[in-house]
Amino acid sequence: MYSEIVMEHFQNPRNVGEIENADGIGEVGNPKCGDIMKMYIKIEDNVIVDVKFKTFGCGSAIASSSMTTELIKGKTIKEALQLTNKDVAQALGGLPPVKVHCSVLAEQAVKAALLDYSKRNNIIIEELEGFDPTEDVHHH
Amino acid sequence: MVKNIYLDNAATTPVKKEVLEEMIPYFTERYGNPSSIYKIGRESKIALDGAREKVANAIGAASKEIYFTSGGSEADNWAIKGVAFANKEKGNHIITTKIEHHGILHTCQYLEKHGFEVTYLDVDKYGIIDLEQLENSIKENTILISVMFANNEIGSIQPIKEIGQLAKKNNVYFHTDAIQAVGKLKIDVNDLNVDMLSMSAHKLYGPKGIGALYIKKGVKIHSHIHGGVQEKNRRAGTENIPSIIGFGKAVELAYENIDENNQRLIKLRDRLINEIKSKISHVILNGHPEKRLPNNVSVCFEFIEGEALLLSLDMVGIAGSSGSACTSGSLDPSHVLLSIGLIHEIAHGSLRLSLGDFNTEEEVDYVVEQLVIIVDRLRRMSPLYEKVKGEA
Repeated sequence: MYSEIVMEHFQNPRNVGEIENADGIGEVGNPKCGDIMKMYIKIEDNVIVDVKFKTFGCGSAIASSSMTTELIKGKTIKEALQLTNKDVAQALGGLPPVKVHCSVLAEQAVKAALLDYSKRNNIIIEELEGFDPTEDVHHH
Repeated sequence: MVKNIYLDNAATTPVKKEVLEEMIPYFTERYGNPSSIYKIGRESKIALDGAREKVANAIGAASKEIYFTSGGSEADNWAIKGVAFANKEKGNHIITTKIEHHGILHTCQYLEKHGFEVTYLDVDKYGIIDLEQLENSIKENTILISVMFANNEIGSIQPIKEIGQLAKKNNVYFHTDAIQAVGKLKIDVNDLNVDMLSMSAHKLYGPKGIGALYIKKGVKIHSHIHGGVQEKNRRAGTENIPSIIGFGKAVELAYENIDENNQRLIKLRDRLINEIKSKISHVILNGHPEKRLPNNVSVCFEFIEGEALLLSLDMVGIAGSSGSACTSGSLDPSHVLLSIGLIHEIAHGSLRLSLGDFNTEEEVDYVVEQLVIIVDRLRRMSPLYEKVKGEA
């Protein structure tokens, strides 16, 4: 059902935890639906120098979070904003159709963390205009 | 060495060697059609009658009241639709429960689209129906009550005898889906006033693809498959003889040492439950502590999700199941867990471990040991757990 990469990331997730004095924290998802992702980022000179996550969710939610932290670590804010759920799913070697929302959640978690960062620092990130981190990714 | 611990015996069981051995000749040498007049046909007929008797004996029925089907789902479908359509002149109301297997629930929903009215009874926090609500739900046009014997997810056993009495008193047919109960609980259909009862072989170390419906003599029910005269004209099609033979043997074995076997299962079950509860915090036992199947353990671990738990268990060689949304293929956790009053986030963390004849105490201890590690690991990753720790 899951690719080897998904299983490997689920088994050995990268960057699990919290960042004390994080520059941005994004939490997306809904416990009712069975998944919540919380992403912590540390930013220096517009570069994401550190990222950590905590996730309540299924195997692919945990693997998507883990892969996403790897994909955005060391990237500039602009680069991180270009990350799409497809990139996450592709990096994981694909996700089963019913699990695609996990990669969407991961993309949203990054954006939510960056939105938090922008608000804290009174910066406007154009790409995040109209982004709503509370939007439900599930197709009810 | 990678372990291989199978704790999903409520999903299916391996075919016992003794069962398989009895089946094999009926594929190759004794292949006759029981409807044929010559020797190997007659031999098949004799074997068929023998298996039917074994199944009948297991539930205190007469042989002629046992109708073989392709499995439990077919038996459920037949009972519900067969009675509904045969009795629609009398009424169009059916009573069932919110925690039935989909074999019953989806059949009832189908009937609702075809002019029938269905009442879905609530259950209490242990997953047991309220007899008063049942009695109050019986109306002039009620034709059928269908309440499962024991629940597949949480193991709760319903007050079948009391339901049977109510049904009889009110002159309403009573069907019970006993797929999880046959082979594990002693059943006497006459004592229980059951009119129809569904069973399945692969839950009791028999083959897949075979089951039966007990239909009490005199019950007004439509034929299920039209065609030949098999199963007394009610369920046409050449009988699946090897599987029927296997079913007969399996059910016979199940009741041979039932008391001893159940004592062993209950000991393992309670060890598993008690060890989990004593070694892991924030755990909820689902179902009734005593009125439960001897092999069922169903728990919810708060702050983690069931599929992640199952994958982790699989990695250390343990097979279990969960009622989380991610394992059900929908967005909602199991209807059973929601019906006993669990909130979504807790129901997502459910785990069912169902014991079988081949499990040992060592396996149970290994499972607990691994669960402690896995639950802790997943909770450390969970933002929900962090909040609780913060409050503590």
